[in-house]
Amino acid sequence: MDFNFTEEQEMVRDGLSRLVREQYDWETRRAAIESDAGWRPEIWSQLAELGILGMPFSEEDGGFGGGAVDAMVVMEEFGKGLVVEPFVPTVVCAGGFLKHAGTAAQKEEHIGGIVDGSRVFAFAYAEPRGRYDYADLETTAKKDGDGYVLNGHKAVVIGAPWASHLVVTARTGGSRRDREGVSVFVVDKATAGVVTRDYVTVDGRRASEVYFENASIPGDALIGEEGGALPLIEQVTDEAIAAQCAEACGAMKVAHAMTLEYAKQRKQFGVPIASFQVLQHRMVDMYTAYETALSLTYLATLRLGASEKERKRAASAAKVGVGQSARLIGQEAIQIHGGNGVTDEYAIGHYFKRLTIFESEFGDVDHHLKRHVKLA
Amino acid sequence: MNLEFTPEEQAFREEVRAFIAEKYPKHLGDTGMREDLSREDFVAWHKILGEKGWSVPAWPTEYGGTGWTPTQRYIWSEENARVNALMPLPFGVSMVGPVIYTFGSEEQKAQHLPGIRSGEVWWCQGYSEPGAGSDLASLKTTAVRDGDHYVINGQKTWTTLAQYADWGFFLCRTDPDAAKPQEGISFILVDMKTPGVEVKPIKLLDGGYEVNETWLTDVRVPVENLVGQENKGWTYAKFLLAHERSGIAGVARSKRGVEKLREIAANESLDGEPLIDDFDFARKVSQLEIDLAALEITELRTLAGEQAGKGPGPESSILKIKGTEIQQRLTELTMEAVGTYSAPYYGSIQDPGSNEHPIGPDYAHHAAATYFNMRKTSIYGGSNEIQRNIITKMILGL
Ligand SMILES: Cc1cc2nc3c(=O)[nH]c(=O)nc-3n(C[C@H](O)[C@H](O)[C@H](O)COP(=O)(O)OP(=O)(O)OC[C@H]3O[C@@H](n4cnc5c(N)ncnc54)[C@H](O)[C@@H]3O)c2cc1C
Ligand SMILES: Cc1cc2nc3c(=O)[nH]c(=O)nc-3n(C[C@H](O)[C@H](O)[C@H](O)COP(=O)(O)OP(=O)(O)OC[C@H]3O[C@@H](n4cnc5c(N)ncnc54)[C@H](O)[C@@H]3O)c2cc1C
Repeated sequence: MDFNFTEEQEMVRDGLSRLVREQYDWETRRAAIESDAGWRPEIWSQLAELGILGMPFSEEDGGFGGGAVDAMVVMEEFGKGLVVEPFVPTVVCAGGFLKHAGTAAQKEEHIGGIVDGSRVFAFAYAEPRGRYDYADLETTAKKDGDGYVLNGHKAVVIGAPWASHLVVTARTGGSRRDREGVSVFVVDKATAGVVTRDYVTVDGRRASEVYFENASIPGDALIGEEGGALPLIEQVTDEAIAAQCAEACGAMKVAHAMTLEYAKQRKQFGVPIASFQVLQHRMVDMYTAYETALSLTYLATLRLGASEKERKRAASAAKVGVGQSARLIGQEAIQIHGGNGVTDEYAIGHYFKRLTIFESEFGDVDHHLKRHVKLA
Repeated sequence: MNLEFTPEEQAFREEVRAFIAEKYPKHLGDTGMREDLSREDFVAWHKILGEKGWSVPAWPTEYGGTGWTPTQRYIWSEENARVNALMPLPFGVSMVGPVIYTFGSEEQKAQHLPGIRSGEVWWCQGYSEPGAGSDLASLKTTAVRDGDHYVINGQKTWTTLAQYADWGFFLCRTDPDAAKPQEGISFILVDMKTPGVEVKPIKLLDGGYEVNETWLTDVRVPVENLVGQENKGWTYAKFLLAHERSGIAGVARSKRGVEKLREIAANESLDGEPLIDDFDFARKVSQLEIDLAALEITELRTLAGEQAGKGPGPESSILKIKGTEIQQRLTELTMEAVGTYSAPYYGSIQDPGSNEHPIGPDYAHHAAATYFNMRKTSIYGGSNEIQRNIITKMILGL
């Protein structure tokens, strides 16, 4: 058993931690998320230069041969600064599909662009009526000559306004909610018939509703096996879950630290509010919630390469435990900050909002508790 | 013992329901928690109620109250909640009004009570300060006597909807040398248009503007605006807080919220079935309903006590704690029910003049914002920790 990080991982952490500290301070972040662009392409370029965007790809594919633990280290630091740049959709999701199931030509075409920061992806999987079921798809991809024609509507596609490309799940066969008949495609966002409606999300990111209106895509847009993509989607989304749990841990760690700091300096009744035992115990509960969330994040990360069942159970366990901790820590942090906690001005509220939306990404607590039960 | 309403009470309910159906402004619709309401929206119903003589039901009849029993008042609030009516703001009706008719001078009653009844005059509450939140008694704003005026200086904060207010009631320190912090505080009415009063909105987490910072710089207020006796303001402030708390349980509104939640969950689907048919989800809704039923009966017991002549005492802290916890869980569950579509920020799409249809189903539009906003309920009106401290001391005697 070894819970230590390698020297390289510590170096990555230090580098990112410095980047977040120096360039992701609160005011700079706020200005960026309120700007027209809503993110900072220059940060993205820096992440490329630091090798972060190429981290999980093998050296043959032009990457740096990193693994799940490396992604965890990166995401934890991102979570601490509430980094909005689309690492999960681009590197973890699109990168994951290409890595696991891309053809040599697909890897050649896309991975270089991900690694050097020129190609940004969004992952279009959710649908208005699908809730958290990846197979509940109304979007269709119909065979048309050598290619496919896409039709459908994808909901709340995070990062899509910034993306040059989309990874899209669609039904090529079977009927709604069948495990068979689900396929995955890489689609250039500039394709005719791809229509987006962009907006801001409550946690300060950008997303789009994406509509496919008879969008023709070539046959080589298909990743993996036609109709057999569900296990692949589950693998990639479990990887995304592990990554986002690490992000949530980073955010929880900061939210907790900020709360301790606030409670120590805020005085009421002539004493710091940190001296009230009722608040002390709740800050202890926040702390244990954070530590257990971190443990479940380790578990999910370290089990990504295990059997399908073990991997899924660990990912669901993490999503349940980290989700519950995220809610507890977010709510208590606001409460202990009093009125200041509910203002837009104070950073703590933004940690709370990110942690809230985290809960519903890739399935909420109830969904994963159920999946865990079914896998018993 | 008997939980049924009497035939008279039933008849009263019918009367109220018919009145609301006829008179509640249709354009306000199901306003719920919308952030884009104007002053006119807030007062529209209040004015209609004022004409009917129903805007201040709990006041003594000599000041324009209805003479309704607490149970009738309860029925009244239930019927309003049924249509999610935007009720008159509490600052005039439930807070300063009772202070004025209980402790104020005849001139003050004559000057202020009619405007509160009619809804024409908008009030705000200037208690809290940046350094005085839970510890209200440590407030620093001063009022210094200068001839027949007080000169007020200081900073208040969290002043709800002060951006629309005509008048405010402020706690100010009139005797800085008093032995205890609770002493030497006075309750003063301030015309918000007086020179030196400056109001600056604070943006909250949901993107809305409902609270303000209020600066008072050499604000000259006639001495006649002092309510009751100088240096006795704390007594009036506490009297008012008990009134504030009793309205805070929000049972009727939460009941309506649960119905709405059921509607949403019937429309959302899970594994091809309505979400509300999912046992795990349905069980959470039931748990909420059970807690709400417990709260409702607790409130009715409190009302019955009041009807028998016991004023709202420290038990109102139970109503505050449980009521706000339920409101918060309701908004949490509503957001869970909405799922993926809780993420879009609607403020960015619903700019005034924008005719674009918002993203996702209608019921999703404010789910997250409402959840964020409702975190305030366990903080304001005396935080839930402070309520527990009150129960500790006043009821348990610890
Ligand atoms: C089954 C069992 C086996 C045990 N075995 C052993 C043994 O083998 N050897 C041995 O030496 N002892 C043993 N103990 C004794 C045990 O360590 C004591 O019961 C324990 O330390 C609590 O002390 P107490 O019972 O006097 O409760 P108290 O100390 O009187 O506490 C009463 C309550 O007050 C709370 N409390 C106390 N101080 C604070 C504070 N500062 N802040 C907040 N809350 C506080 C406590 O948490 C508790 O809820 C055993 C006890 C049990 C029940
Ligand atoms: C949306 C909103 C609207 C408001 N409207 C008004 C208004 O119209 N007029 C007005 O005057 N005020 C208003 N308030 C102010 C409100 O009453 C205060 O925010 C509240 O009293 C808490 O004070 P604080 O924010 O300074 O928090 P603090 O007092 O700093 O409290 C911070 C945390 O410490 C806890 N704490 C403090 N003391 C103790 C203790 N002794 N024991 C245990 N825990 C403790 C609190 O419970 C809280 O969790 C409003 C507040 C909000 C958020």
